[in-house]
Amino acid sequence: MSPIIEFDDVTKVFESPSGPVRAVDGISLSIEPGEVFGVIGYSGAGKSTLVRLINGLERATSGRLVVDGDDVTRLTEAQLELKRRRIGMIFQQFNLFRSRTVAGNVAFPLKVAGWPKADRDRRVAELLDFVGLLDRAHDHPEQLSGGQKQRVGIARALAAQPHILLADECTSALDPETTQDVLRLLRKVNTELGVTVVVITHELDVVRSIADRVAVLENGRVAELGTVFDVFTRPTADVTRRFVGTVLHDRPRPADLDRLRRTHDGCIVTAEVRDGSTLGAVLGSAGELGVAFEIVYGGIGTLQDRSFGSLTLALDGPDAAVDALVERLRAVTPVEVAS
Amino acid sequence: MTLAPTLSPLLLPAAGNDGFDWSFHGPKLVEALGQTLYMVSATLLVGGGLGLVLGLALYTTRRGGLLAHRGVFAVLNLVVNVFRPIPFLILLMVIAPLTVALLGTRLGSTAMVVSMSFAATFGVSRIVEQNLVAIDPGIIEAARATGASRWRIVTTLLVPEALGPLILGYTFVFVAVVDMSALASIIDGGGLGAFALDYGYKRWNFAVVWVTVAVIVVLVQLAQTLGNRLSRHVLRR
Repeated sequence: MSPIIEFDDVTKVFESPSGPVRAVDGISLSIEPGEVFGVIGYSGAGKSTLVRLINGLERATSGRLVVDGDDVTRLTEAQLELKRRRIGMIFQQFNLFRSRTVAGNVAFPLKVAGWPKADRDRRVAELLDFVGLLDRAHDHPEQLSGGQKQRVGIARALAAQPHILLADECTSALDPETTQDVLRLLRKVNTELGVTVVVITHELDVVRSIADRVAVLENGRVAELGTVFDVFTRPTADVTRRFVGTVLHDRPRPADLDRLRRTHDGCIVTAEVRDGSTLGAVLGSAGELGVAFEIVYGGIGTLQDRSFGSLTLALDGPDAAVDALVERLRAVTPVEVAS
Repeated sequence: MTLAPTLSPLLLPAAGNDGFDWSFHGPKLVEALGQTLYMVSATLLVGGGLGLVLGLALYTTRRGGLLAHRGVFAVLNLVVNVFRPIPFLILLMVIAPLTVALLGTRLGSTAMVVSMSFAATFGVSRIVEQNLVAIDPGIIEAARATGASRWRIVTTLLVPEALGPLILGYTFVFVAVVDMSALASIIDGGGLGAFALDYGYKRWNFAVVWVTVAVIVVLVQLAQTLGNRLSRHVLRR
């Protein structure tokens, strides 16, 4: 299957008083139809610009960007307007029309697309039912909670049956619980309607919850790209490690290691834990080698329905015995020995 | 109807020279009120409408606007800045030839509407522009993301999104136009200004002046109350 979105050496330069700024700097990446693709980066990394290039709210300075069969860098404004009907977008601040009711907001893209009134009404009811807000159809946006506003935003974005949904920091203004509700709804959009979802965020939790693949953005470039599991269990770029460190606290930081060395005798080692890891069996043999072990740090969680994490152990015994145990551990999982 | 302003009070009939005489002043007051209401509402319609269009043009052509265009904005901005500061009394004279060209006369309420609409257009355009600037750009971006054309956004979204503050702005303009209409009376436009001037001030009959003041205060109060209520209704708060 060919990609639904394909960036080919795309660059976007903004002119600023202090000189040109390359917000997006030679990015090449492909997004497959039907996937949830995450783009994560700190503010200023270029992710908001990246997502706006897809629906042409920003025009690329150079490069080729094929979206659903058309190179959007070559479309005229009128052609782009037609293109945007097939690309939904939701926003951090929801950006609902204050002058219109919930139903009026959802109907807006349908009016733009020229749907007759009867079809519009039917579609609006269908969408409000899908997002669970059918009973709020005649309310105005300010009567809704943040999570409900974003549901309306999602219904509006899906109104004209787009193939692609762009989510720009769509949960950053929401509390953690509401965030999970909205992410569940996006998952449903992806699985039930088959819509390709591009999620822009600075929160690793968001990517971890719903994305299949992720691109880590830094200074307008892709620092790392791959499945969420690979990128976040084996981060290679510094920026990725920083993100991972914000949510996964399974590995001791240098200060933690110092404390552990002061309070425990023996050697401090950190072993990775994965699905099917047989750490327990190896540690069961510690006694016969004459090594005493203590679990001193660690955590095991789930990422994309797979276990991952690490445990830090204090191994106390004769050097040769400790080395032998570390070798046995190395045979089943990556091990890091704190020097 | 009006009296020629040059007529000496001494040549006038004795009736109506002392106090407010309902049988004499009453019908004239009603007629003057009618003329004022005509001038004010026609000005709000014409000047308010043109001002809305000019304000939308200023807002959309400014830097970063939907139809951003440096040249067009510069011209519009200059035109507004040139005409808006001209004191209305002087503008009345400046516009007179245009009024004659349009209507064949420079006298009467309709002639005054031309000058008042001209002045109102530029004032209103700035009020409209200010209120549109307050619209959250995110809302416009959301509309563009649905594929809405710039024209559709300008014609169907901008005014509704700013309607509450716009109503208050137009209420403010109403009061300013009532003020203008009194000034226009001096150059023979009829209305409450002329009534107070001819039957009150020129005959030193302050009962007439005070009654006129009372009528205008009530008129402005009514308009302000209506404007406040409407905007509250639109803003739903």
